[in-house]
Amino acid sequence: MTQSLLHQILDYANRADPYPLYEELRKTPVHHDEGGPYVIGTYYEIRSLLHDPRISSDASNLASTAGDPLAESSQGDSALPPSFLRLDPPEHDRLRRMTNRPFGPPHSPHRVDGMRPELHEIVTGLIDGIGDTDRIDLVEAVSYPFPVTVICRLLGVPREDEARFHSWADTIAASLDPDPDADPAERGKVAHDARMQLGMYLAGLIEERRKNPGDDMLSELATAKGPDGAMTTMELLSTAALLLIAGHETTVNLVTNGMLTLLRHPDVLRRLRAEPRLAVPLVEELLRYEPPVQLVPQRTTLADIEVHGVTIPKGASLWLVLASGNRDPKRFENPDRFDPDRRDNQHLGLGSGIHSCFGAPLARLEAQTALAELARRLENPRLLEDPPPYRQNAVLRGPRHLPIACDGIRP
Amino acid sequence: MNGDGSLEWLRREGRIVVVGASLAGLRAAETLREKGFAGSLTLIGDEPHAPYDRPPLSKQVLLGMTTADRTALPRRRDVDATWRLGVPATGLDMAARRVRLADGDEVPYDRLLIATGVRARPWPHEREAELDGVFVLRTRDDCAALARRLAEGPKRVFVIGAGFTGSEIASACRERGLPVTVAERGASPLVGALGGVVGAVAADLQQEHGVDLRCGVMVTALEGDATGRVRAAHLSDGATVETDVVVVSLGATRNTEWLAGSGLGAGPRGIACDAGCRAFDIRGIVTDDIYVAGDVARSPHPLFGYQFLSLEHWGNAVCQAEIAAHNMLSASADRLPHMWVPAFWSSQFGVNIKSVGVPSMGTEIVVSQGSLDSHRFVGVYGYQGRVIGAVSFDHARWLPFYQELIETTAPFPPPFHMVDRRPDGHRPLDADFPDPSVPTHGPTVTLSGYSPADRRMRFTPAR
Repeated sequence: MTQSLLHQILDYANRADPYPLYEELRKTPVHHDEGGPYVIGTYYEIRSLLHDPRISSDASNLASTAGDPLAESSQGDSALPPSFLRLDPPEHDRLRRMTNRPFGPPHSPHRVDGMRPELHEIVTGLIDGIGDTDRIDLVEAVSYPFPVTVICRLLGVPREDEARFHSWADTIAASLDPDPDADPAERGKVAHDARMQLGMYLAGLIEERRKNPGDDMLSELATAKGPDGAMTTMELLSTAALLLIAGHETTVNLVTNGMLTLLRHPDVLRRLRAEPRLAVPLVEELLRYEPPVQLVPQRTTLADIEVHGVTIPKGASLWLVLASGNRDPKRFENPDRFDPDRRDNQHLGLGSGIHSCFGAPLARLEAQTALAELARRLENPRLLEDPPPYRQNAVLRGPRHLPIACDGIRP
Repeated sequence: MNGDGSLEWLRREGRIVVVGASLAGLRAAETLREKGFAGSLTLIGDEPHAPYDRPPLSKQVLLGMTTADRTALPRRRDVDATWRLGVPATGLDMAARRVRLADGDEVPYDRLLIATGVRARPWPHEREAELDGVFVLRTRDDCAALARRLAEGPKRVFVIGAGFTGSEIASACRERGLPVTVAERGASPLVGALGGVVGAVAADLQQEHGVDLRCGVMVTALEGDATGRVRAAHLSDGATVETDVVVVSLGATRNTEWLAGSGLGAGPRGIACDAGCRAFDIRGIVTDDIYVAGDVARSPHPLFGYQFLSLEHWGNAVCQAEIAAHNMLSASADRLPHMWVPAFWSSQFGVNIKSVGVPSMGTEIVVSQGSLDSHRFVGVYGYQGRVIGAVSFDHARWLPFYQELIETTAPFPPPFHMVDRRPDGHRPLDADFPDPSVPTHGPTVTLSGYSPADRRMRFTPAR
């Protein structure tokens, strides 16, 4: 009976609404089909596993990737050493710490907040450029270009190179979102080429920044003089690629899911228009209710560990379904209700533990800015398709397009 | 439903008095209102200030990042209370249910919450303590005065005691470029709370950051100049350190003197209460109308053999206040136990230190992740074959896991593989806590009193 649950979750047919399947998943504390990964969907268990030092993010600790339906698609970066996302301490800690120096407190407390005016200006520009309001694809018009532009500015990609950068990022992102109709070999080659070109471009940029540093993150990473010394060029490339991919593929979905949710809850949309500060708790609730990262498939056990009476053997593949934990009625009252006034909202949308989302402060600010501006400026917005067409990807879940219409754009 | 309806009456129009207007007092008041208490609420505090937060005093304020008057505690909700600030409570009449105040006033109550906390232990030689330039650090006013003096750029700061507060003060001074000498009676900083193995790391940190650390010495005298300003400290090893600022950081004394003679079970080690925060009287009978919360409380903890624990922890004050407030308004079957697992944090010399459980109860320690040399590690404390506490240096995100080990009385040492576990991290070491019968200024966590498993009482001198 439960044999097919995991396949149902991965099945594209259920992409628009996986939540009933998650409810099913939560009935078993540890879901395991013969030969498949061990899947956890309940809040408290996920939370404690995210803090469990017997759980590794390093793929080399996997006994075997057989039976893991996501194993191949997650190994795209083979040309580069693993980024800190796929490393354990102490290497993880060192690289994350070094990356954090130019990004957040204590050494760079104002980096993200200082981008506020720029974020606002980028969103304004994108909304100004919408044009025909009878049919807007919100993904194409705003939620996709916004984070890519932001990550370019953060890393210090020159404006004139942004377009090339966008197109590589586009291609690589598309490869993370397999299209069942495309020829996999062809797609693989295209993605590989894009990755190579992006890598070469970044390597050039890093060289350039070493000679003429600016106040962007890449310059600071390339010239770092902290107690940990400097990253090697390869480490720097992996890190930059991680920031690029993780930094925009998720925010696209956060903004798109956000607008979709708001259009399904017009009362909340009206409130947001009247009080833009609602954007702050609203984005937290979105991260709980429709998190862009639905599950973390990249964990393995370093020892036999017991979860709720079930022993998960050493070397097993472990999937933590964050989106399911976020709807666990044992943790959240009325979990299927979208409630921006929710208190004690300690969701799993950004993970927890040492791998908790590195870019969280930026992602939050991006989503708050974009949603508040969209709510303010779009006149009488409405959904043209509900549900909209989704991306293939079950891990980074979100609409591929979000067709909406409105009566006009307020100044 | 309460048989005689008195609980209903209490909630509607009863009088609740909270003595102590700091973190625990404020959070209790907020919780009472949150739970629907509609009667009259009075908060009594000896300081003239509205409730403020203490952790920033030894950190951000001394660093000059903020000022002492900007540490007001954020309010969770309006408490609609009568505030009697700047007026210490001086006595308690349990029979008449009245609190006496220093200004002669008496405040009647139906339920009383005592949250009077602790105060800094002063330098014992009164005349030396009064020298200009000698400070303690506990209150906002203490902090403002010390911060002013540090801003003037003293030649040297001399800190007596390398517990958490003393070490944080030393750290702030070094960060400001001020020369610092720290004198510690024990073998290393933080030794009372974390033991000698971890204390050695703390000593390393201090020395690496240029602290002139003197361990295993006592301060025998503070010397002033003709104008009454402190000019030197004399040590038991014969050394003399010239200094113009001395910070006495010798732990805390519980504010219970005002209860002397009241019949409440209050003394130098705090006020004993049950797990539901109800105070005991001196006959060992639990009261029904007097509750205790925060640093001044001493309550049995089931995880630690039902020993009575006094915890000077921020999180404990909040949790205990909430439990006390809830229980005050609840029938016996609805009362909640206070089962908070001790946890505290400190920030010094650029390192984030966090602990869970009761490390000072441990006899052995194993470095389960990271390494002592790198100053990034998790140390797990064992007591009679179980995990009893853990401390992390720049490794805090793993601590919830160790808290679970403590809560489930997991075996010590933890046998499994973990990320960042080094080969030498499987061998337990003697945790090297000082002999409790030798007086020191004491650990942050004081273990004392009666245990059902071990009926002997052991007296640990107060200092």
